[in-house]
Amino acid sequence: MRKTKKRIPSVSTASLPDIVFMLLFFFMTVTTIKDTEMLVENKLPEATELSELDKKDRIIEIFVGKPTAKYSNVLGTEPKIQLNKKLFNIEDVRTYVLSELAKKPEGIRNLVTVSLKIDENVHVGLVSDIKKELQDVNLLKINYAAIQGNYTSVLD
Amino acid sequence: MGRNREVPEINSGSMADIAFLLLIFFLVATTVQNDKGLIRKLPQKQNETLIDINERNVFRVVLNKENQLMVEGELLQIENLEEEVVNFLDNGGETGKCDYCMGSKSKDLSDSPSDAVISFKSDRKALYGKYVEVQDKFTKAYRILRSRESSRLYGMDFKSLEEEYAKPETTQEMREILKERIKTIREMYPMQISESELIFKS
Repeated sequence: MRKTKKRIPSVSTASLPDIVFMLLFFFMTVTTIKDTEMLVENKLPEATELSELDKKDRIIEIFVGKPTAKYSNVLGTEPKIQLNKKLFNIEDVRTYVLSELAKKPEGIRNLVTVSLKIDENVHVGLVSDIKKELQDVNLLKINYAAIQGNYTSVLD
Repeated sequence: MGRNREVPEINSGSMADIAFLLLIFFLVATTVQNDKGLIRKLPQKQNETLIDINERNVFRVVLNKENQLMVEGELLQIENLEEEVVNFLDNGGETGKCDYCMGSKSKDLSDSPSDAVISFKSDRKALYGKYVEVQDKFTKAYRILRSRESSRLYGMDFKSLEEEYAKPETTQEMREILKERIKTIREMYPMQISESELIFKS
């Protein structure tokens, strides 16, 4: 009788780097680098009828929310406006938005959308003040940033 | 001399480790892009809005500081809002002006979708989350009606019409057709949401 081989052949790991690289490239393409440190809480409201926004270079972002736990003892708990990496007052929104607009190439300036990333616990009053500022500088395309999902129960 | 001619192979066993390291770095340092939302166009700056519209063409929605919703003078649960909006928009009260409307042709609701205006006022103390929820309901009502018409006319719902238009592989001729279709549907149910104080002429 022939002697049967007892050892189980080991699985070849030669293709493992390829698989991992593929995953790596996938993540490199679908994600973006976090470029702004959040100074304010930013729990976006949930909604169902969302539409995708244009390319990233045509967007000006405005964050609004309460200062995060790290900063709340310095900045208080009133909602603040974060533009880029700093906190600003409502009067400065207009200057900031115009300077951001000036940085964009001329061809896409009239396509710029202002994305309002506002925490769901902010009062509407502040939001309408921001909208008024934007109206004054004639930036009329806005986006109420939200995440896909069902409505949160916090509000009821 | 018995020299080894072959170039020694580089050991690639650690390649996977290197790739994993890179992968983990990217997982930590990046976020998935979350750029979705409700897109709106603000009106031009004006001091006051003077419009000449019939009272029944205005659908009043008020959000108070307790986050309660008042629709046409009555309290309403937010779950029923979208249905009310659809009824209002799709009413088609004036005969001949909207032959695709399927509403009840009530005397108290809008004449036609192009006359219908939603007036949405919210208290400064209301929560933004609720505000977005109401805006979302409006969008949904319009989407329902637009999709119905788009399915009837072109056999596909409004969202896929827009998606088809945005696809890079769509040909130029097809894009022209789609653009025309999207425009037609949008004109059938134009989104008219006003957040300013409405002042009536009469």
